[in-house]
Amino acid sequence: MSTAVGEMTNHDHHHHAPSGFTRWLFTTNHKEIGSLYLWFSFIMFLVGGSMAMVIRAELFEPGLQLVDPHFFNQMTTVHGLVMVFGAVMPAFVGLANWMIPLMIGAPDMALPRMNNWSFWILPFAFMILLGSLFMDGGGPAFGWTFYAPLSTTYSTDSTALFVFSVHIMGISSIMGAINVIVTVMNMRAPGMTYMKMPMFVWTWFVTAFLLIAVMPVLACAATMVLTDKYFGTSFFDAAGGGDPVLFQHIFWFFGHPEVYIMILPSFGIVSAIIPAFSRKKLFGYSSMVYATGAIAGLSFLVWAHHMFTTGMPVGAEIFFMYATMLISVPTGVKVFNWVATMWRGSISFETPMLFAMAFVVLFTIGGFSGLMLAITPADFQYHDSYFVVAHFHYVLVSGAVFSIMAAAYYWLPKWTGHMYDEKLGRLHFWCSLISVNVLFFPMHFVGLAGMPRRIPDYALQFADINQIVSYGAFAFGLSQLIFLWVLIKCVRGGEKAPDKPWEGAEGLEWTVPSPAPLHTFETPPEVK
Amino acid sequence: MAQQHEKYYVPAYSPWPIIGAIGLFLIAFGAAHTVIDMKNEIDGWGSNVLWTGIIVIILMMFGWFRDQINESLAGMHSAQLGRSYRQGMTWFIFSEIMFFSAFFGALFYARFIAVEWLGGASNNLMTNEVLWPAFEAHWPLTTTPGGIESGSIGWMGLPLYNTIILIVSSFTCHLAHVNLEKNNRKMLTLWLGITVLLGCTFLYLQGVEYAHAYQDLGLRLDTGVYGNTFFMLTGFHGVHVTLGTIMLLVMFLRVLRGHFTPDNHFAFQATSWYWHFVDVVWVCLFIFVYVM
Repeated sequence: MSTAVGEMTNHDHHHHAPSGFTRWLFTTNHKEIGSLYLWFSFIMFLVGGSMAMVIRAELFEPGLQLVDPHFFNQMTTVHGLVMVFGAVMPAFVGLANWMIPLMIGAPDMALPRMNNWSFWILPFAFMILLGSLFMDGGGPAFGWTFYAPLSTTYSTDSTALFVFSVHIMGISSIMGAINVIVTVMNMRAPGMTYMKMPMFVWTWFVTAFLLIAVMPVLACAATMVLTDKYFGTSFFDAAGGGDPVLFQHIFWFFGHPEVYIMILPSFGIVSAIIPAFSRKKLFGYSSMVYATGAIAGLSFLVWAHHMFTTGMPVGAEIFFMYATMLISVPTGVKVFNWVATMWRGSISFETPMLFAMAFVVLFTIGGFSGLMLAITPADFQYHDSYFVVAHFHYVLVSGAVFSIMAAAYYWLPKWTGHMYDEKLGRLHFWCSLISVNVLFFPMHFVGLAGMPRRIPDYALQFADINQIVSYGAFAFGLSQLIFLWVLIKCVRGGEKAPDKPWEGAEGLEWTVPSPAPLHTFETPPEVK
Repeated sequence: MAQQHEKYYVPAYSPWPIIGAIGLFLIAFGAAHTVIDMKNEIDGWGSNVLWTGIIVIILMMFGWFRDQINESLAGMHSAQLGRSYRQGMTWFIFSEIMFFSAFFGALFYARFIAVEWLGGASNNLMTNEVLWPAFEAHWPLTTTPGGIESGSIGWMGLPLYNTIILIVSSFTCHLAHVNLEKNNRKMLTLWLGITVLLGCTFLYLQGVEYAHAYQDLGLRLDTGVYGNTFFMLTGFHGVHVTLGTIMLLVMFLRVLRGHFTPDNHFAFQATSWYWHFVDVVWVCLFIFVYVM
C-alpha cells in the first residue's frame, strides 16, 4: 500500500507532504491513516496469535510443561486484550477510514487531524500493555474481563499500567467513532440519502454510536478497579458496602455492546461482497438496516447473560434469557437475506466471496451455540467451559476475522492498484477454513464434557481432543503467514487492477481509479 | 449545489496529533507509575513523567488551537466544517454523559442493591447472618459492614449555595452567548466575566466542603461506598468544572482580543454547551447524592 500511495503523492498539488517516515506521523489523509490502522491491526493479530500458540502448546498435553500457570494466565489475558482492542477493532476502523469517504463521496473524514491522533494513540497504548508483561510480578493475569477481586485484591502492580493503557485505548476509540459518525452525518455527497448508503456505512454508523455509548462505561469500570486497588475505595468490596457483582454489571454493560461493535461492521462487509459476487442486488436492504438498529438497541438490554451463574434474582435471569433470544430474530433476518441474495445468483467464487460465504455458515454456527448459552438453566452447565471458548471464537475468528480478510481481498485492488494472487488467496482460504474448524469445533465437545477454560492443565480424558485442537491452532497460525505473503506480494506488484475489478460490484468506490489517488471526491459526485 | 457544497477544508499535514499521542502516552505511563510508587511508598520518577505529559498536552493544545484559529480567521472554514465541529462536540458530550451515567449507576446499585442485600433484604438473609450479623442497611452508609464509621453531608448550606451558583452561571453564560449573537461586545464581556467568576467561586466552595468532610466529618474517599461514590462523583464533576472554567477563561481572553463574530464562534458555542452540560450533571448530583 505504501508504495502505491507514495507514487500518487508526487502528483499531488495540494499539500507539500513531508518526505519519508514523518509523513506517516503527520498525515491527515484518510487513506494513509486507514493503511496505518490496517497494518497495525495485522501486526497485533500476529502478536496476539503467537500468544494463542503459547496457550495451545501448553495445552497440547495434560500436566504443566512449557510455562508456569501465572504466565499462562497472562497469555490468556493479553491474548484477549490484544485481539479485541488491537486486532479486530483497529482493523474495522482502518476499513472505515479507507472506505467510508469513498463510499459516500466525501473528500476525507470530517475531522482529519483528530483522525491521526486516534490512530497514533494505539501503538503507545499497546507499548504500555505489552511492556507490562516484562515487569516484576508479570503483566495482567486476570482475564481480559478483569473481574474484581482478581484485578483488585489479587493482582500485581502492573494493574495500574493495564488500567491507563485501557483508558487511552478508549480515548482513541471514542475519537475514531466520533469521526465516523460525523463523517456519515455531515459528509455525504448530494443525493446520498441515508437509505441509499451502502450497508458497510450503515453498520459502521450504528457501531460508532455503540462505541461512543459504551467506551466511557469501560473507563468507569477501569477507574473503579484502579481506586479499589490503589486508593482504598470499596466499590467491589462487600466489607465497605460494595459488591464484586457490581463490577460484572458495569463491565458487561460495556462488554455486550462491545461484541456487537466487533461484528456489525462484518455484517456490512459481507453485505457488500455477497451481492457483488452473486451479481444481484442485496436482498432486503431496508430490513438489513432495521435489523442492524434492532441488534444495537437490544445489545443494551442483555448484558447479564454473561452472569447467569454469578447470582441474580430469578426474574432478572428470565428477563435476560428472553431478551438475549430476541437478538436471534434480527440476526436471522440478516442470515436469510444473505442466503436469499445468493439464491439464483450468478455466483463466482473468488477469494473474497469464499471468505464471505464461510462467514455466513460459521458465524451462524457461533450464533446457534450462542442461543444454547442463552438458555439460563443450560448455561449453568456450559458456563466457563471450553464450550464458551468455542462459541465466541466461532463468532470472532471465523466471523469477524474472516470478514476482515474478505474485506482485504475485496478492496486490495482498490488500495494497491494491483490484483492479489488469486491462487495464493484461495490457498490461504482453504488452509484457514479447514484449520479453523479443526481448531474450534472440537472445543464444543471438551467443553460439554466439562473442561474449564483459562486453566493450564486438564483431566486425562481430554488429552486426545486437546491435541487435535492444538494441531488445528498451529495450522491456522501458519496459514496466516500465507496471508502476509499475499499482502506483501500485492503491495509490491502484480497484475494491474482496473477501476472496477469485480463485475457485480456496486458503489462509488469503484468509480475512482485503482489505486485510489490520495485525494478523491474533492468535488462531491452527484448520486441519483 | 456548488454553493451548498463548497470545498471542504482538509488540513495539511500537522505535527500536533502525534505530539498529542506522545503526551497521552507520557500521562498514562507516568500516572500508572505514580500510583504504583504511591502504593509501594517509594519516591519514584512516575510523577515526573506524568507532569511532562501534561505539559506536552498543554503545548499541543496551544499549537493545535492556534492553527485552527488562524485557519478560521483566514476564512478557510466552510459552513459544512462548522457543522462537523458542532456535531463532534455534541457526540463528545454524549460520551461524557455515558461516563457519568455509569458512576450514577454504581451509586444506585450500591445504595439500593449491594447495601440492602448485605443487610439481608430480598432472599439474602443468610448473607447478613453469616457475614456481618450486626450490620443493618442504612443510607448514607455511615457504618460499613466492616465497621468503618464516617459522617455524611446534607444538602443544606454549601451544596445548596453551589447549586444556586452553577444554575445562575448557566444563565449568565447564555446571556453572554445572546449578546455575542447580537454583537453587543460590552455585555458579552461582562456576562462572560461573571460566568468565569461564578465557576471559580463554585470550585473554591467545593474545596471548602472537601476540607470540612476530611477534617471535621471523617468522611474520606476510603470510608466505604458512601464516601467512594460521593468523592468519585463530585470529584470527577469538579475536574469537569475546572476544565470548563479554564475553557471559559480562554474564551474570555479571546473575546478581549476581538475574536468571534455573531455567525462564526464555534469555540464559544462548544464551551457554552460544555458548561451547560456540567451544570446539568451538578443538578443530578445535588438531587441523587445530596438530597435523596
